[in-house]
Amino acid sequence: MRRGGLRRLARRKSTVAFLLTLPLIVLIAALVIYPAFYSIYLSMLNKTLERLVGLDNFRFLFTRDTFWMVVKQSCIFAITAVLFKALIGFCVAHFVHNVPAKGQRKWRGMLLIPWVIPPAMSTLGWFWLFDPSYSAFNWLFVRIGLPAVTWLGDPLWARFSVILVNVWYGAPFFLIMYLAALKSVPEQLYEAAAIDGANWWQKIWYVTLPMMRNIIAITVLFSLIVTFANFDIVRILTAGGPIDQTHVFATWAFLQGIEGGDLALGASVSLFMFPILAVAAIFILRDINRRGNEAS
Amino acid sequence: MAAIAPTAGTARSARARSLKHDRRRALYWSYFFLVLFAVFFLTPPIYMLITSLKSSAEVGAITNPWWVYNPTLDNYKALLTSVEYLTFFRNSAIVSLVVVVVTMLISIPAAFALARMKFWGSATLATGVFLTYLIPETLLFIPLFKIFAWANETFDVSLMNHWWLLIIVYPTLTVPFCTWIMIGYFASIPKELDEAALIDGAGYLQILTKIFIPVALPGIIAAMIFAFTVSWADFLYPMAFTTSADQMVLPAGIVTTLIKGDVYAWGQIMGACLLGAMPPLLIYAFLMDYYIAGLTAGATKG
Amino acid sequence: MAQVNLRKVVKHYDETPAVRGIDLDIADKEFVVLVGPSGCGKTTTLRMIAGLEDITDGDILIGGDVVNDVPPKDRDIAMVFQNYALYPHMTVHENMSFGLRLKKVPKDEISRRVQAVAGILGIGELLERKPKQLSGGQRQRVAMGRAIVRNPKVFLFDEPLSNLDAKLRVHMRTEIKKVHQKVRTTTVYVTHDQVEAMTLADRVVVMNGGHIEQVGTPHELYHSPQTRFVAGFIGSPAMNLIPCGLEEAAGSLRLKMGNLAIPVPSDRAARYRGFAGRSGLICGLRPEHVFEDRRHLEPGQERFEAVPEVVEPMGNENLVYFPLDGVEVCARVDPDCGAQPGSSLKLVADLRHLHLIDDSTGRVL
Repeated sequence: MRRGGLRRLARRKSTVAFLLTLPLIVLIAALVIYPAFYSIYLSMLNKTLERLVGLDNFRFLFTRDTFWMVVKQSCIFAITAVLFKALIGFCVAHFVHNVPAKGQRKWRGMLLIPWVIPPAMSTLGWFWLFDPSYSAFNWLFVRIGLPAVTWLGDPLWARFSVILVNVWYGAPFFLIMYLAALKSVPEQLYEAAAIDGANWWQKIWYVTLPMMRNIIAITVLFSLIVTFANFDIVRILTAGGPIDQTHVFATWAFLQGIEGGDLALGASVSLFMFPILAVAAIFILRDINRRGNEAS
Repeated sequence: MAAIAPTAGTARSARARSLKHDRRRALYWSYFFLVLFAVFFLTPPIYMLITSLKSSAEVGAITNPWWVYNPTLDNYKALLTSVEYLTFFRNSAIVSLVVVVVTMLISIPAAFALARMKFWGSATLATGVFLTYLIPETLLFIPLFKIFAWANETFDVSLMNHWWLLIIVYPTLTVPFCTWIMIGYFASIPKELDEAALIDGAGYLQILTKIFIPVALPGIIAAMIFAFTVSWADFLYPMAFTTSADQMVLPAGIVTTLIKGDVYAWGQIMGACLLGAMPPLLIYAFLMDYYIAGLTAGATKG
Repeated sequence: MAQVNLRKVVKHYDETPAVRGIDLDIADKEFVVLVGPSGCGKTTTLRMIAGLEDITDGDILIGGDVVNDVPPKDRDIAMVFQNYALYPHMTVHENMSFGLRLKKVPKDEISRRVQAVAGILGIGELLERKPKQLSGGQRQRVAMGRAIVRNPKVFLFDEPLSNLDAKLRVHMRTEIKKVHQKVRTTTVYVTHDQVEAMTLADRVVVMNGGHIEQVGTPHELYHSPQTRFVAGFIGSPAMNLIPCGLEEAAGSLRLKMGNLAIPVPSDRAARYRGFAGRSGLICGLRPEHVFEDRRHLEPGQERFEAVPEVVEPMGNENLVYFPLDGVEVCARVDPDCGAQPGSSLKLVADLRHLHLIDDSTGRVL
């Protein structure tokens, strides 16, 4: 027991550390982990939540066309929106990066505004822009000789509109991330590439993209999760309509669970988000790890 | 030799001119597209502002919607004297500020312990914090709804339909991210700094309060801004858990009570949205660098 | 009295040994430098003395008390870190007084002590500045000031000069020496730079692979290294280590290196005679003991011829490199002796300063 002192100190350190993390553990356990598992239990109850029905809710969902439509629409919505957000973010980041340094701050400040306004509020602005009789877009269209568009009334246009608004809201986030990543690429690499005879396109392909790979992966992952689980935009713009064509998991689960009073069914619907998200996350995280190992 | 030299010189200067030319052309194109995207990004908020300055009559009139013929502040006056709207605002403010405090009280100590005091399971816990991203609020609101209803029946504490319930649930949105970026900030503090403090006679809590918190203050401000804006903007939880107008926060309140299907209310609705977006916009305007640092820290440090 | 004693100190990180049993006695007021290549265990040893690492086995005593289980703050030590570890949000004054404030020393006494130490180090003007506003040398002084102000039993320095540029490093080296002469506190100083070690230390501890190779004054280490490692590590340019053999012919010992055979001075002959005919020996000879031909040679100095491959002018001397039996040998010659790469040159080896090393044990014979 000669070495008791420092070891006691180490043990006290562990205790202190545990106490410091305790609120975090309690919060996550009580309000994230437990509800997540409880959700699985809920999904196996009947509508009145009195009887275990096993997988009947899922079986029921699989027979419904609306469910499959929601699955399809969620995927279309998330993938298309993330793709365009990433593309627009990447391009605009380059444009901002191109202009003289003292102007960059101003542009960046302006272009990030869609991200700063709470989405519920800016979506209302879009909703008003899409208004069936007072649409300010349609006013412009008619002026230049185009037909008026039923933005939210037609299933195809409604799908387009929710994606458009989501891209409008999310692209600035990509812009900021990519801009930070662009700034972290050492200028010498471009100079070395230029000396090696690389043109503009080759510089992007061989220098910029590999250097930004991790940031792109992480940003796409975050955005995929958030977009996939999006609620605000669809709920406010279309509330799922017309004829359920724009529902995503979150809005449909809300409709079934909270408004329709069938918590069990709502829980089963929302649970379908998890495996799809988990697969995306594992896929991307593994890639990052592999790249990280190669680099070191 | 004498004949060759000038030719080489002109060739070189022509090259230089074309390089300069290329660069200028790239710059002009950049500006062109930036203006295009700025129009795309700024149209909705500007149109909201235009609408909010119109009287009800003008909103419904068949005139150019992009122009205000008789600007008026009536919509804003009406909003700022509306008890209902001010209640939303007050609820939002209290909820967001308290959530910021709660988030910091949970995140900072946890991040300190995870970044600096290696203990059994600390690596797992850090990964676990990261993985909570995979359980979005849209998956949690239904079980939480049931849990709160159950608490109501069992303990007779009425949780549902109270604005303060949001103080309990919002930290699930803010704490994981804030902890994650604080781990990054704390990890970037040189280890010698805590060793120097240890030798100077500081305990772990003193190292946290006297060294880490002041040194990582920019990171803490960034995390606070993040927590505030997330709490201010959240829409799903208030929609699911609050129903009566006096318990609502801004986003849910505007959507559920102001939209009455009446086209003439849109001036007021747009004003309500813009006023409601003001706190995050002001924070962004004055603390842009911290705001952006908070956004990017999660990815670059993770 | 603040002597430091290490008794069979061992440190393992998980299963990898970092320090393999060290015995060291550091006297009160002594300035001891631990030197060695990176990974030799010198920093680990220092951190164990500081209490920042616990020790796997053995004892550490400060001022005669075993401090194995004493936390750093109660060991009455002060440490200067390589990157200074100044608290960036505190002024110089606050940095220096942080430890005293934690100990609840009265305010006016803190202020008096800080002023006094700032006077010694010449940083009185900087007390209200933040570390960011200081130059590298000033930060270094503040880091030292923070250590001195606490008036500890022992100073610990962990490579304090390696973040400074070459010129400032030489300057601060002298400053550290001056400060030690003023405050006379027992000091343990870690560096990988043997020049720093030689210039600062009362005694130098050369470490390698978790062991102590040799402890001695700078003079002893330079002139009588006990191991091959110390012979090669101390001195710049490094000592030439040439594989050699000893042969005895007609009662006299000759050192054979490649096609050279040089007689061993008679006063060394008795010491080396037992190794005659043995292979696996190494001849250690410092570059200053290989020089240009002179008219008069002392006994023990022998002429030989070599063809330089590279000649490096240093101003006051030229360094000449030539191959000998597969190794590169360095000689220090007069700049005017006409050494040219590729053309033969007459040189002298001064075997009176020979260190004969047994390659299998690494010991100097």
